[in-house]
Amino acid sequence: MKKITFVAGALLIGAFSLLPFLWFVATSWKSATEISAIPPVLWPSFHWEHYHTALAQHGLLGYIANSAIVAGSTTVISIVIASLAAYALARFKLQWARYYLLLVLALSMFPQIAIAGPVWRLLSEMGWLNSYHGIVVAYISLSLPFATWVLTTFFKELPYDIEEAALIDGCSRWQVLRHVVFPVAAPGVFTAAILVFIHAWNEFFFALIILTYPAVQTLPVGIALFPGEYTMPWGEIAAASTIATLPLIALTLMFQRRIVQGLSAGAVKG
Amino acid sequence: MKGSNDPVLRFLAPSFLFVALFSLYPIIESFRLSLYRMILTLPWLGQKFVGLENYQDLFGDPVALQSLLTSITFVAVTTPIEVLLGLGMALVLNESFRGRGWLRAIVLVPWAIPTVVASQMWRFIFNDRYGLFNFVLFGDATDRYWAPLAEPGLALLSIMVADIWKTSSFAALIILAGLQAIPRELYEAASIDGASAWQKFRLITLPLVKPALLLALLFRTIDALKVFDLVFVMTQGGPADTTNVLQFYGYKKSFAEGMIGYGSAIAVAVFSLSLILALVYIRLLGARLLAREQRA
Repeated sequence: MKKITFVAGALLIGAFSLLPFLWFVATSWKSATEISAIPPVLWPSFHWEHYHTALAQHGLLGYIANSAIVAGSTTVISIVIASLAAYALARFKLQWARYYLLLVLALSMFPQIAIAGPVWRLLSEMGWLNSYHGIVVAYISLSLPFATWVLTTFFKELPYDIEEAALIDGCSRWQVLRHVVFPVAAPGVFTAAILVFIHAWNEFFFALIILTYPAVQTLPVGIALFPGEYTMPWGEIAAASTIATLPLIALTLMFQRRIVQGLSAGAVKG
Repeated sequence: MKGSNDPVLRFLAPSFLFVALFSLYPIIESFRLSLYRMILTLPWLGQKFVGLENYQDLFGDPVALQSLLTSITFVAVTTPIEVLLGLGMALVLNESFRGRGWLRAIVLVPWAIPTVVASQMWRFIFNDRYGLFNFVLFGDATDRYWAPLAEPGLALLSIMVADIWKTSSFAALIILAGLQAIPRELYEAASIDGASAWQKFRLITLPLVKPALLLALLFRTIDALKVFDLVFVMTQGGPADTTNVLQFYGYKKSFAEGMIGYGSAIAVAVFSLSLILALVYIRLLGARLLAREQRA
């Protein structure tokens, strides 16, 4: 009896999580008549034309490239900056380290609208609106709090003896970080990188206000502003959505354990 | 670790720079701008200091008050449901069974999907002519089909459904981490004493997972207050402003209408609301951090 309830629960959770999205993916393979059919067509006839239209007419490739560039650079730069900060916060016994971490954490909680106007004006004065570097600096500052927090947690858990030995042997702090800490902490750093990447890939609000030219817009903006006033091109939207989600599903399936670990390091362990 | 303070600044400087320039300064600047009248579409007005006038306008603005109420309703309805669903999921995911890794990965799918994609997906499901939602409710009686996203009574509810689907798994992960920290021996001892499954849940699991539940609730509350993508894609704040949450209203005033001063006043109001929540959160987490360092 207990087993049956459990299996039913597991199936229910799987269906709840997966079915709505699978329905949308199936939509991307349906013909226009299948999409609007009542009763709905469950099994698509695997039309690829929506993918073709999305790529050829709606510039999907450009959005993908923009997203990859923006999320990729954000991840690399913020992980480097956050690692430096996290190492200092974890290893130098700073009186104010705790308060700095808490301040950074508090800043990350505020709704984007609280800083959006001034960030926009700042980037505008620098001439950085509608540019990769403009959106990337905004994203770096958005992801730094989380990355610093998670990495500090990871670094604190590393044994200090090896580092101490290296320091005594005359290594500089920088050398210790590069040759001792980074290799040992690689799994944690990688976990933080995955989470920063997913966040940057999915971010919409700042992309919407900073990137107003289609040539630089990322996937979420492209998908949200998909043209279609009277009849929505659902097939194309579903195709673009599937493509935008594919890398994330791949990351999730490959690194499920790390992601779970990273998210809980950011939250529960504190 | 004497003399180790030397490189501190070099290690922290880049991080300081970003935090100062793109987090601290914008918040202070939002405060300053909220005291000015500044409208981008009327640039000849310039930047005129008006004191607290924007705030007076804000408190007398029925749309702003409705917006505040909408945000609070959204938070109050979605977060408890998300935490309860998360608890249910976490309890299942905490058992050991074949395929647990797969189920954990599947549960992560809604969390990993871009919110914009989830928004379009639910917009399609709630479509008024061929949405799955209508078919499930009314079958092929198309004349009875609803337009949930265009009905004042249903639009907010539809966005809530989308949000619950998207974020319950995040709550589940935090609660799962809490469940995993409960020592197995407690359950074994309880079994020996002849405790039933319900007794074990009520007397061991629930009290010990409470901090994680609280944390998930706070995380979700802070996040739900920021809801924007779902509203932007699914309803644009309509119909009749029934889904016009604070973050969307602030965006509309500042960026669509160019009312920088008034938009900043909304930003400050939202900021203050979140600050109260953040303080609660930090008290909770700060206490843990202190306890950890004292142990170390």
